[in-house]
Amino acid sequence: MATRETHGLYGYLAEFREPWDLIDAAAKVRDAGYTRWDCHTPFPLHGLDRAMGIRGTRLPWLVLCGGLAGLTLALVMQWWMNAHDYPFLISGKPLFGLPAAVPVTFELTVLLSALTTFFGMWGLNLLPQHHHPLFGSERFRRATSDRFFISIEARDPLFQGERTREFLAGLGADAVEPVED
Amino acid sequence: MRHFLHAWLLNWLFFLSLSLGALWFVPLQHLTRSTWSAVVRRLAEIVSGTLPLMALLSLPVLLNLGDIYVWADPARVAGDPLLEHKAGWLNPGFFTLRIAFYFAVWILLATIFRRRSLRQDATGDPAITAGSERLGGPALILYGLTQTFAAFDLLMSLDAHWFSTMFGVYWFAGIVASFFAVMTLLTAGLQRSGRLLHAVTLEHYNDYGRAMFAFIFFWAYIAFSQYMLIWYANIPEETGWYLRRQQNGWSAVGYLLIFCHWLLPFAGLMSRFTKRRVRLMAFWAVWILVMHWVDLFWLIMPELSPGGIPLQLMDAALLVGMGGLYAAMLAWVAGPRLLVARRDPRLRASLNFENY
Repeated sequence: MATRETHGLYGYLAEFREPWDLIDAAAKVRDAGYTRWDCHTPFPLHGLDRAMGIRGTRLPWLVLCGGLAGLTLALVMQWWMNAHDYPFLISGKPLFGLPAAVPVTFELTVLLSALTTFFGMWGLNLLPQHHHPLFGSERFRRATSDRFFISIEARDPLFQGERTREFLAGLGADAVEPVED
Repeated sequence: MRHFLHAWLLNWLFFLSLSLGALWFVPLQHLTRSTWSAVVRRLAEIVSGTLPLMALLSLPVLLNLGDIYVWADPARVAGDPLLEHKAGWLNPGFFTLRIAFYFAVWILLATIFRRRSLRQDATGDPAITAGSERLGGPALILYGLTQTFAAFDLLMSLDAHWFSTMFGVYWFAGIVASFFAVMTLLTAGLQRSGRLLHAVTLEHYNDYGRAMFAFIFFWAYIAFSQYMLIWYANIPEETGWYLRRQQNGWSAVGYLLIFCHWLLPFAGLMSRFTKRRVRLMAFWAVWILVMHWVDLFWLIMPELSPGGIPLQLMDAALLVGMGGLYAAMLAWVAGPRLLVARRDPRLRASLNFENY
């Protein structure tokens, strides 16, 4: 009964016909306590984030760190180059003048923030992935066209084979099928 | 008397900034076909309706130009080659004519957009929105030119020797930041008195917060760009203006602006946490308005008193007095009419607006 099926099985895929059915079902999966599951829709669904109980992203904190790193790097670099390693007097200005250093500092702060945003987004989403077990499902192809899906992974601690299948079927899914890893 | 006139100019320009911010906001929302703002656009239309009062309050300045502007004092123009050279543009007659022209354009634009919006309340005709969208572009071009030239005339010509082509944008940055602060306070105040409770949501406050955050930084960006070019070039007729603001205690005001007009609100408004809490937003809105006043103080008062900071009770008295007039004008313009453009075609989407 409570045997966990792990070998060979990726998880279960449930298909829904209507977006509101998906949102209702997602809220129930969330309340059941599953953690390794996802929703797949052909277009962004307003309210799905809340129904899935997705918490806020950590990306802003990464970006803040990236920005501060750019700021520090730029100031140290300019001080080291022009005032320390090779002191060079330009039109009577101080060797390290803050106003002259601001443009480069600003640009490097923005640059490292932007790069952290871009690569941080890929990293947090575990991208790039060249293949995904769900691509093996014939049914799943309609996720980019006119069907809505919930997948629960077998490695979820609450995953219980047949029971999970029945749970998904009870959410009003049109079809539930196992997906091989 | 000279202090009174400078204090009048300062407080008048402070409230004029708020009205001009609204005059910028309304055509922009039409031009960009903005959805989020449809529910609060009427409030901006009301704020821009205060411009006739601001035109009236310009009289003490226009009638005493010689006590405020160096170029309007014949004794100081005589023998000064630069001022004599600029007299073709900077003379009392032409100056007054220009100010009258700016106000004519502003009042006309504010009236056109507000009238159209009110007419839609009655008829519900979506063609009115389409027409306002077409008017938005030309209106913003007119606004940009008149606002920039007004900044040159009213503020920059206080020191008629000095010039900075960026100066109009500098005032504009302060205008927009403080305009969104006013919108925040106006919305929060109306909601406290039980109005717009279901119309305006945290999503709209979030957007006010974003705009304040963005324009606080834009202000600093422009302020620094203006400073750095002059610092680097180091030409006497340009540096004199900054030198006056770095001596005799004035540098304290400059540092106050760097930390309190930029760094603190920049850090304070950065997080989404702040932008979705009305009390915190109201706090930063008041903060930004105070700093906009300090900014204008720093632009105007060193020309009156380069020897030290001349704070007097009448500065505050004028602020309170004009604030009272301004609030009365707002209430009068708003009248018994709707606070929301009820039949705007984008209203429904705006009510349900969410940030993702």
